[in-house]
Amino acid sequence: MFVKLSRIIKSGLINFWRNGWLSAATILIITISLVTWTSVFLSNVVLTSVLNVLSEKVDVSVYFNLNAKESDILTLKSKLEGLGEVANVEYISRDQALKIFKSRHTGDEVLLKSVDELGDNPLEASLNILAKDSTQYTAINSFLNQDQFKNVVSKINYTENKLVIDRLNNIIRVLRESGFLAGVILAFIAFLVAFNTVRLAIYSSREEITVMKLVGASNRFVRGPFLIEGVLHGAIASAFSFAVVVSGIGFIGPKLLSFIPEINLVNYVGSNFWSLLFFQTLGGVALGVFSSWFAMRKYLKI
Amino acid sequence: MIRFENISKIYNSHSVALRSVSFEVKPQEFLSLVGRSGAGKSTLLKLLIAEEKPTHGKIFFDTQDILKMRPNELPFLRRQIGAVFQDFKLLPKKTAYENVAFAMEVAGKSDEEIKSDVPKVLDLVGLKDKMNNFPKQLSGGEKQRVAIARALVHRPSVIVADEPTGNLDPINTWDIIRLLLKINELGTTVILATHDKEIINALEKRVVSLENGSVIRDENPGRYILS
Ligand SMILES: Nc1ncnc2c1ncn2[C@@H]1O[C@H](COP(=O)(O)OP(=O)(O)OP(=O)(O)O)[C@@H](O)[C@H]1O
Ligand SMILES: [Mg+2]
Repeated sequence: MFVKLSRIIKSGLINFWRNGWLSAATILIITISLVTWTSVFLSNVVLTSVLNVLSEKVDVSVYFNLNAKESDILTLKSKLEGLGEVANVEYISRDQALKIFKSRHTGDEVLLKSVDELGDNPLEASLNILAKDSTQYTAINSFLNQDQFKNVVSKINYTENKLVIDRLNNIIRVLRESGFLAGVILAFIAFLVAFNTVRLAIYSSREEITVMKLVGASNRFVRGPFLIEGVLHGAIASAFSFAVVVSGIGFIGPKLLSFIPEINLVNYVGSNFWSLLFFQTLGGVALGVFSSWFAMRKYLKI
Repeated sequence: MIRFENISKIYNSHSVALRSVSFEVKPQEFLSLVGRSGAGKSTLLKLLIAEEKPTHGKIFFDTQDILKMRPNELPFLRRQIGAVFQDFKLLPKKTAYENVAFAMEVAGKSDEEIKSDVPKVLDLVGLKDKMNNFPKQLSGGEKQRVAIARALVHRPSVIVADEPTGNLDPINTWDIIRLLLKINELGTTVILATHDKEIINALEKRVVSLENGSVIRDENPGRYILS
């Protein structure tokens, strides 16, 4: 048993070496498949966080009459926080609003001067409400529209943003679905290409397989070395693929970070280093072994 | 030891290779199979190692019906038969040494046995110095001798040799025939398919003649006679 296993492994290693270009080509194709798989996966991670960032950008603001009492506003705030749909509520007092306004317009002397000349703060206090999900703003909006708040609320900007919010919701949904579908299709094509490459390699060995069987080798003894080769192809390809992916992230990550500061791919890869490496190796080896095993079946039937 | 019962092999409608062939090979017999090209010699030998299945009939090896063997039993049958194929069937990615060693590995021999026997057998067929050549670096006759070495090396109980001297010069041919006779004397059954009239007539052993897929003559000792 042990002798057979060591013969199988030895023969697999020798075949791998002697197959030279064929091994190299197979490794290349499996590498490409793995890079594709990983890219699909990482794009999905990026897309999901982009969409999350986008939905966080959507919020609803309620503005209050200048004479509304701060205690009323804070009561409303805590009521809102009690709602299941609401993720976060931020209170911006009139003073804070003025500060924000001024800092936003630093340099525009004319505007700042005219505000100062007014003497009184013209800005309204507001609550910025962030929903857990951007489809829940309709519910929050109808909550705010109750009669009991009529005399303090001056304006809810949901109505004017409604179109944008709805559109964004649609875009997010379509992107999620089509991104997923495109990923699945691409991953499947990558699988087919790798699988067929291995199949061709096995096809070129079909006569050898027959000869081994005719000389009295068992299926296991014939198949073994090919599976060892498959393991080698997969393992080496996953190392290459990992190198490609990591250097690719090193290149793209910082650029993406300057675009969307919320998405730090370099950190993501850093904190998932081992699981990424593990799944790549698993994918590569499974691809190599499964393809060889499957492609050999019909030549063993003699 | 080996019995063919009413064997027919029809490859397709215009290629009937064997018609109702019946004969028995006794243990330790040396049997020659003769016949024109296309008479069905190779087909008969292919049926014996279950490379092909007959259309009709039964084949017994010892008491076992070959056609009733399960796929996972065939390797055990094949390990008892050392086959020299007409087209050699060497493994192209293995050296001469490894090709011969393969038959022993398959038969589960130990590494020590392999290390000592393979060079001996290669020496016996005169290829000791070409041990590390790949088949494509060998001449036709050299390949044939590797194939013979592979068939002998694991000491099978039957040797089936399809035209094993077809590519050899007269001296090599006689070396191989003498080798087969020697192995036969030591107790191995030998079935030899050949066109070589001179060898058959010199052997003075049993001869089964095939014509057009039928046995037309079965004599012991026989001569090479084709009508
Ligand atoms: N795979 C096949 N498919 C169809 N016909 C075949 C096949 N193999 C052999 N035949 C036919 O069967 C017949 C017998 O072939 P076989 O190889 O047994 O002859 P042979 O006696 O060995 O001839 P030779 O002396 O030339 O080797 C021939 O007519 C051949 O054309
Ligand atoms: Mg023939």
